[in-house]
This record gives sequence, structure tokens and C-alpha cells, in this order.
Amino acid sequence: MLSPELGHYALALACIFAAAQGILPLIGAHRRDRRVMMLAPGLALGQLFALVVSFLCLVNAAVTDDFSVQNVAANSAVTKPLLYKITGVWGNHEGSVLLWALILGVCGAAVAAFGRNLPSALRARVIAVLGAVAAGFELFCLTTSDPFARVWPAPMDGQGMNPLLQDPGLAFHPPILYTGYVGFAVPFAFAIAALMEGRVDAAWGRWVRPWAVAAWCFLTCGIALGSWWSYYVLGWGGYWFWDPVENASLIPWLSGTALIHSAIVVEKREGLKIWTVLLAIATFSFSLSGTFLVRSGILNSVHAFANDPARGIFILGLLALVIGGSLALFAYRAPSLTAGGLFAPVSREGALVLNNILLCSICAVVVTGTMYPPFMSLLFDRTISVGKPFFDATTIPLALPLFIFMGFGPMLPWKRAQLWPVLQRLWLAAIVTAIAFLVAAFGVSGLLPVLSCGVAVWIIAASVTDITERVRLFRMPLAGSLQRARMLPRSIFGTALAHAGVGITVLGLAAMSQAQHKIVEVPVGTTEHLAGYDWTLTNVTQEPGPNYSALVATIEIRHHGKLVTVMHPSKRSFNSQNQTTTEVSIHTNLLADLYGVLGDKHGTDAAPTYVLRLHYNPLAPWMWLGALVMAIGGALSLSDRRMRVGAPRRAKLSAETVTAA
Amino acid sequence: MTRKTRRLWLIIACVACLGAAAALMLRAFSSDIVFFVTPSQVATKPPPADRTVRLGGMVVAGSVKREKHGETPVARFDVTDGQAAVTVRYEGILPDLFREGQSVVAVGTMQKEGFVASEVLAKHDETYMPKEVAEALKKSGKWDPRFGPPPSAASWNSMTVQDAKKDLSPKEHAAPSTN
Repeated sequence: MLSPELGHYALALACIFAAAQGILPLIGAHRRDRRVMMLAPGLALGQLFALVVSFLCLVNAAVTDDFSVQNVAANSAVTKPLLYKITGVWGNHEGSVLLWALILGVCGAAVAAFGRNLPSALRARVIAVLGAVAAGFELFCLTTSDPFARVWPAPMDGQGMNPLLQDPGLAFHPPILYTGYVGFAVPFAFAIAALMEGRVDAAWGRWVRPWAVAAWCFLTCGIALGSWWSYYVLGWGGYWFWDPVENASLIPWLSGTALIHSAIVVEKREGLKIWTVLLAIATFSFSLSGTFLVRSGILNSVHAFANDPARGIFILGLLALVIGGSLALFAYRAPSLTAGGLFAPVSREGALVLNNILLCSICAVVVTGTMYPPFMSLLFDRTISVGKPFFDATTIPLALPLFIFMGFGPMLPWKRAQLWPVLQRLWLAAIVTAIAFLVAAFGVSGLLPVLSCGVAVWIIAASVTDITERVRLFRMPLAGSLQRARMLPRSIFGTALAHAGVGITVLGLAAMSQAQHKIVEVPVGTTEHLAGYDWTLTNVTQEPGPNYSALVATIEIRHHGKLVTVMHPSKRSFNSQNQTTTEVSIHTNLLADLYGVLGDKHGTDAAPTYVLRLHYNPLAPWMWLGALVMAIGGALSLSDRRMRVGAPRRAKLSAETVTAA
Repeated sequence: MTRKTRRLWLIIACVACLGAAAALMLRAFSSDIVFFVTPSQVATKPPPADRTVRLGGMVVAGSVKREKHGETPVARFDVTDGQAAVTVRYEGILPDLFREGQSVVAVGTMQKEGFVASEVLAKHDETYMPKEVAEALKKSGKWDPRFGPPPSAASWNSMTVQDAKKDLSPKEHAAPSTN
């Protein structure tokens, strides 16, 4: 029933639906023809249905081991566990493009389903822009990377998946990350639609913000999951490599963070309108370029799936069309958008502007550092690489002021503010920060880690202060405070939580700079000392697995003679690919990770020795925990009533001066 | 606060931040950029001892030696680009995909006793060669990717470009399909 041919047909059908979705509603909106505009939601849902069928066909082919499908034959095998047969669908180039298109289809259908309170012309235009982008991607999928291509003769067994990808963390990393990337297509579509209408107002800001926040939450989780995966799978004890692909996800995150903050100013004060539209365009453009960088192999990276010039050229064309077209429309239309309300430099708006300037500076630094090596090799034929030292030296000095201003930004009133009263309210947070500085100065080595610890504590303390001040905790009876807390909009809690999440992550990053490690080659029975723990290698055995055989070590860890944990790092050899992978063993108590890696076996069989890599990583889990807290903060602010209901009706235009494009 | 003074503040803030970003980048570009070098470049003009570089090439087959200094495992291997070979010393666990006769990138500094690596990278995919290594091989005329997989590292030091072309069997002419 769900044959690959049906999948291919459904994909082609989705492409036709998407093309129609990209053209008809625009015509309808231009002619103010309600009936044509009303086609948009139906087409978006139709496209989604076709994409779901297509995707299910590919999943079906993978699950039933249909090796006559090239994509399955190249990436799957009979012995692969079922979970990885399913997740392996998006572990390769063709499948991941299809997943991308599917998520874009979900976005279009979500706007169709949840956008009932939008003006019909705006909704039609937003859906149309999403349809046009989807049509481009589906055409790319159909013409250059067909996931349903058959192979003849069909092999008896597939070539199997790269064992490194056979991991639950990586299995769910791409869908979440892609949802983040693709989710920014919705703010982009809103921006383009607003430019077509020539109108951006507070209502627009309120409509666009939930979509941007939702995409931002997914992107945050996706990046954190990817970082966590490289931490526990690659076995280097590192969590972020400033690899081009990692940067490709960080860049839209930075501009997306700027976007969700500047959209607040549009919503509340009708300011920064042109800037917000530009940020929405830039964020999606960065997301698209991220895909382009991965797929084309323009950047050397561990993530490159395939280097195929035809794909690169197609994506480059698509990119030029989307980015160039939207920027041209922006240049043409932006001057017609009116400037917003005035505000003093010291005000909430001023703080949000500063946030945007600093985030965009960091973004510019990361973009330059990522693009510099390929440009150098293209223009001057010099192979260079830009790594951790460069990004540390450039991003941290820009991030520190951002973190400091983050503390009191949310406490400043709108329009015009006095700095002194705000600082007075933060005296307790300042004292806590000063203590943290002193503690860090004694316990932590290096200037930047000490400063980072200080600002991290400052952010958390200031976020807590913001909430306690608003509910007048300890200034009035507890019941009154609780009552006030109940009345407080959830988005206030969301902001405080997300900011505290940043503090938690920064604290984790700062502490990780103090990580200790040791590499030793020892026989069984040896005890090593690291960070106050005694690590004893007690046993090494050979154990079979479903499609590999493993060398498993047993390491007992004691602290002052008391057994803390027994860990089993192992090394797996996969017979199908003649590959080995390292299985790290991690014991965490949330304050520190004990991290053990088993390396090669040396020496004679009678007296073997084993290479061990032992790490002590203080506060390591906080890095990802902080990201999770950020995402929860975003979700909390999404659940705010203001985001869902009571979306404002647009003020009636006094005259038809600003008409549609 | 008039519109003009407000705009002035904005411009000052923008210029200050972007200026700081540019200054930081220029400083980092002069000190924190890591250049890629081939073994032949190291042989002719070794980089200064305090400069971190990425050395790329193929691991010479049969050159990997493992030693133990106290409890510290030390690996030594030769990296070649077909013109010259450099001995690399590395303390630690070699990556899973590290193989003799395959491409590798070592990050470290050139010292008197040889190249001391702080990090050794072999790529995720065993059929994948780091682009920088492939470029270096192509430039030295040792390998044309259109004619099949790279020749084994052991044969390089004696091999000429003509040998490489003559050596090709018809099977290797069929370009491996990418998907």
C-alpha cells in the first residue's frame, strides 16, 4: 500500500499543492477576492497531507527493509534495531530534506489552523510565502535528491548506518533542530506579507512573536541536544567544537534571540518595526544558509552528508532567490513603514535595543569566523581554520556586557527610566554577585571564568529579584504575594526563567573551563587519582551486542574510600562497516560529571594494558540544563493568555493611503 | 529627548559595539588563526614553535609506534603528502577512525623533536577525506579523485605522477556513485 512510488507521487503532488499555495492566495489578496484567498488554508492542509503520506512511505520502506530503494539500501541494514530504522530515515541527505519539507508543511498548516484571528489578506499572504518556500524545497528534493529512487538489482542487505549515528540523542536531534530552523520561516513569511501590505503595527508584532518564540524554543533544545550528543558520544569530553555546522545553528539562534526581543518593542511600543522585519528575514536566511552550508559541503565539516555540485547549485539558486528577493522587497518597501514611538536611551526600549546591538555584534563575529576560512581558500587559495581560540577571544568580551545589561533590562520601565531606582532594587542581587566573584576568584583560575561566574550569578539573582519585587515578597503578607504572583502575566515568569536559564548555562560553561582530565595506559587492577577521586580499573571483558561486539571495562570510583559508582565504558566494533565506536560512561550528581573512556588495548595478551581517558567535569550538566530552562521559559511565555486570545483587532485605517502591493 | 538626539544615541551604541567587535576580530585574526600545512611545507619551512598549525596528510602504513612513558600512552606516526613525511608525537587516545594509510589532521606545534600534536582528527566517515588533505594531495599530483580512491600512503614517497596514472585498473575508472 505505502509503496515508494506512492511516496514519490505524493511528494510531487505536495510540490504542486505548494506551488498553487504560493501563487493563488497572493492573487486573491491582491484582488481582494475572498474566495481565492480562502483557498490558502485548504491548499496548506492538502500539502501537509501529501507530505505526511510521502514521509510515511519512506518510513515504511525503511522499516520493512525494502532494499530496492536506494536510500534504504545505502543507510539501513536488516540487523539494525527498529528505532534506528525509523530515525535513520532522516539520518541521511535525502531523508533529511524530506523531513525539512514536512516540517515546513506543518508550519503552513499550523498558520492555516491557528491563524483564524488574522486578517484574511494577511493570512493568505503568510500562507502563500510559506507555500512558495516549500515548493522550492520540494522541487529540490524531487530533482536532485529523490529519496524514493529504486536500485536494480536490489541488494540482499543494506550497507548499514554509520554506527556513530546509532544513538538515541542523535535520533531526535535533527527533527527538533529542523523544527527550530524551519519554524523561523513563519516570522519570515509574516515579514514578507507585512512588506507586501506595507504595514507593520503592534498587532503584527503580537501575531509574529508566538511563532518566533516557538521556533526559538525548538532551536534552543536542538542545539543543546546536539551539543550533549557530541559530549557523550564523541568521547573527547568537549561539548562545543565551533565546527561550521554547529555555528550554522548558533547564528540563526543569535539573530532569532534578537528577533524575539525586538518584536516586544513592536508589540508594546510600535518601535523598531523596520529593524524587526529585517531581523525576521535575516534569521530565516541564516537558517537556510545553515542548510546550504551543510548540504553542499562548502564548509569542511564532520556533518557533511554528500558533496554533490548539482545540489549545491540548486540550493545556492534557491538561497539567492529567497534571500535576494526578500531583501529587494525590503529595500523597496521598508521606507514606506512609519517610524515608531520615541524613547529615551535609558528605558526598556533602550535596553532591548542594546540587547539587539550586542546580539547582532556576536552574530556578526560568528558569521565572519565561520565564513572567513572558505573565503580565504576560495579567493587566496590559503587553507586556514578558525577555532575555539578565535571564537573565545571575540565572543566572550561581547557577551559579558550583554549578560550585565540582561540583569536590569527587564526591570526598566518603558519609554523613560531612571537608572538609580532600578539599581537600588537590585542591591541584594549585587551583594550576591560580589560574593560569587570573591568565591570564584579563590576557587577558579583564569580571569574570564571568574568574570563569567560573576555575571552568571548576577543574571540569576537579578531574575529572581525581578519576580520577588513584582510580587512584593517579604514586603507584604505571604498570601498577598501569592495573590500578586497569580495575577502576574505568565510571560513575566517566562522572561525571568529564560534569563535564569542563560545564567545557568553560563555558569556551566565557566565551570567547564576548570575541567580536569588524565590519559593513562594501565593494566587491570591499577588505581588512578583525579580530582579527589580514586578510579580503579577492576576488570575488562568481551561482550556481544545485537550488531557489534564490545570490549567493556569496569571502573570503580571511590571518594575517601567510599564507593561512588561503578562505570562501564566500552569500545564497540561493528562488523558490517569495520568501524569501532567509543561508548563513554558518565556518572553525574548534577554538580559534576565523572566521565570515563576506554581506549585501545595494548601489550601482549598475557599482560594487556588499556588506555583510559578520565575526566572530571564540574557543573557540566548545567550547560544543557540551562538551555532546557531557557526553552521552558519560552514555552511558559507562549502559554500566556495574551499570546493566544484577545489578539488585538487592527486599528481601522483612516484612509486607504497604505494599500496592498 | 528629540528624535535627533535619540538617533545620535543609537548610532553611538551601534558604532561602539560593532567597532569593539571589529577590533576583537582583527586582534584574533592576527593571533588565533590556525593555518593548514602539508608535511612538505613543514620540511621546507617549519612554522615557529609557538604557532599552532594543522598538519594534514596520510598516515604512512607501518609507521605507527605506541610507547608508554610512565603511565602516559604516547603514539608516534609519520604523516606524508607524498613529498615529505613528518613524525607526529601524540599523547592520548587516537580517534576510532584513525587508520594507517588513511587521512588524518593533527593539530599542534612544530618542536625540535618533531610535530607535537594536541589533537588528532580523523573524520566521522571512513570514506571521507578531509577536504584540506584531498586538496594537498591533488596539488602535489599524487591523486586525482576522478580516478578512484587515493593510493596507499606507503607507496607515495617512491611514486611519480605517471606511476599513479599507469596504475589505474579499469574498475577504478568507474566513478563511485554518490548516492
